[in-house]
Amino acid sequence: MQNFWFFIEVLVGGLLSGIMYSLVALGFVLIYKASSVFNFAQGAMVFFAVLTFVGVMELGLPFWAALPVAIGVMVLVGMATERFVLRPLVSQSEDTLLMATIGLSFVIEGVAQLAWGVDVRNLNLGIQDEPINWVMDKTGMLISQLDITAGIVASIMVASLALLFSRTKVGRGLRAVADDHAAALSIGIPLKHIWMLVWATAGVVALVAGMLWGARSGVQFALVWVALKALPVLIIGGFTSVPGVIVAGLLVGASEKVVEVYVGPKFGGGVEVWFPYVLAVLFLLVRPEGLFGEKIIRRV
Amino acid sequence: MNVTPPVQSSILQATERAFPFGPPILELSSISLRFGGVQALTNISFNVLEHEIRAIIGPNGAGKSSMLNVINGIYVPQEGSVTFRGERLSEMTPTQAAHLGMARTFQNIALFRGMSVLDNIMAGRILRTHATFLEVAFQLPRARREESENRAAVEEIIEFLEIEHIRKTPVSRLPYGLQKRVELGRALAAEPKVLLLDEPMAGMNIEEKQDMCRFILDVNDHYGTTVVLIEHDMGVVMDISDRVVVLDYGKKIGDGTPDEVRSNQDVIDAYLGVAH
Repeated sequence: MQNFWFFIEVLVGGLLSGIMYSLVALGFVLIYKASSVFNFAQGAMVFFAVLTFVGVMELGLPFWAALPVAIGVMVLVGMATERFVLRPLVSQSEDTLLMATIGLSFVIEGVAQLAWGVDVRNLNLGIQDEPINWVMDKTGMLISQLDITAGIVASIMVASLALLFSRTKVGRGLRAVADDHAAALSIGIPLKHIWMLVWATAGVVALVAGMLWGARSGVQFALVWVALKALPVLIIGGFTSVPGVIVAGLLVGASEKVVEVYVGPKFGGGVEVWFPYVLAVLFLLVRPEGLFGEKIIRRV
Repeated sequence: MNVTPPVQSSILQATERAFPFGPPILELSSISLRFGGVQALTNISFNVLEHEIRAIIGPNGAGKSSMLNVINGIYVPQEGSVTFRGERLSEMTPTQAAHLGMARTFQNIALFRGMSVLDNIMAGRILRTHATFLEVAFQLPRARREESENRAAVEEIIEFLEIEHIRKTPVSRLPYGLQKRVELGRALAAEPKVLLLDEPMAGMNIEEKQDMCRFILDVNDHYGTTVVLIEHDMGVVMDISDRVVVLDYGKKIGDGTPDEVRSNQDVIDAYLGVAH
């Protein structure tokens, strides 16, 4: 019985951190769907967003006031990106757009540190990163309150985004824009608004992801590398699929923890660092479009 | 030469039509368009009457597509203006054009390749959809009503274009002729006043061309939609158009009924070549 609860503990811990991977990956999917570009600046946006949030709180604003300010700043970043980076590059190749986002990432990282300094900060969300007592008493499992909160917040965001994209006018417009710019314009979809909206939404998703990661590991430059954790999730889930990255995030989170605990000791530990990438490579070999990605059909 | 000739009375008397011609819905006056040093269009004027099928023809590189793109707002001409439904527009965007009631198809099919036939045509309904995120999330009456209206409209178009059997098929798997038909369907879904067709029959075999002609005539007859079409194939155009504009090297060299155009010496020279 002890063993069983221990397994569940590992699994739940993995699933909950997996949800946080999904959340970061979701930012990529949003932008990939609208602009067909792998947004290299997503990690920088995570860093910038949470740093802005903490910076505003340090200026003396309470949590509930700092949050809308940070959201507002991310919306402005989204609008500025559309105006100054994307609009001049309409109809350019995807490679050009990718290069532009690499440039954008340096700008955002620079501005973030210029505005708020380079110190590592603590972010206190008022939720302890400690095990929940009654779960521990009942089952002996150690499940963090922060993980549970993160899981709930991420689930709500994921559910509302999924709804937004599958059922609403904006979602249909977004899918159309992703497929063909000229055709989307011809049926009256305002390309500019869609891009602005998507980048702003990706900014808000980055803020939430940054807050959850920052609360655990401190608000510091290393947050830009959170994006790397999203890479295997994107490959497994498919770059264009919202449900795909959710399932893939859970899969990566759970499998890396389970493998670390049960197989890790044979390799001397540290397996969770590279296991997701091995999994991603396996997917590339077997199912390159990802779990729910659009099937790649190539006519010869 | 650049003044639109008075409409032939013979056309106006075509009383057997379900939608007799109305006043000009679209007027182009003195349009000139340059790309750098290339003069794509020079001082072109013509009009399109409501419920008319109007063709723009001409040899390769005559400026047909440029003309259509000016009408659609993709290109902004350096000189001249476009008047659409009484509104004079010096700078129009494709999005505005769509809002004002224009829909179009493209020479190189521009469908949403990742989506099914149904979803592509549904996307054409986007301007007819107004429900907000929250209304959809809570399935409020407007969201539900719009959804069912859109479904009904799309089903009608699918039936009209005889593509029921492929409604769930991803468009990228369809043969060329059917893709063209789906693109027409998406344009129709917006319930446009004016339909712009950029070489709707290019690359088709005889049978597909005949089908497309039938659909264009049916659309005009059934919905009263005004059609402006570009075509390369002169024979096909002459059969279905009410009036034809002929372009050559960016200039208008002919304008009138198919019979008039056919007997116009400039047009014959442009198409068959002439000894200089």
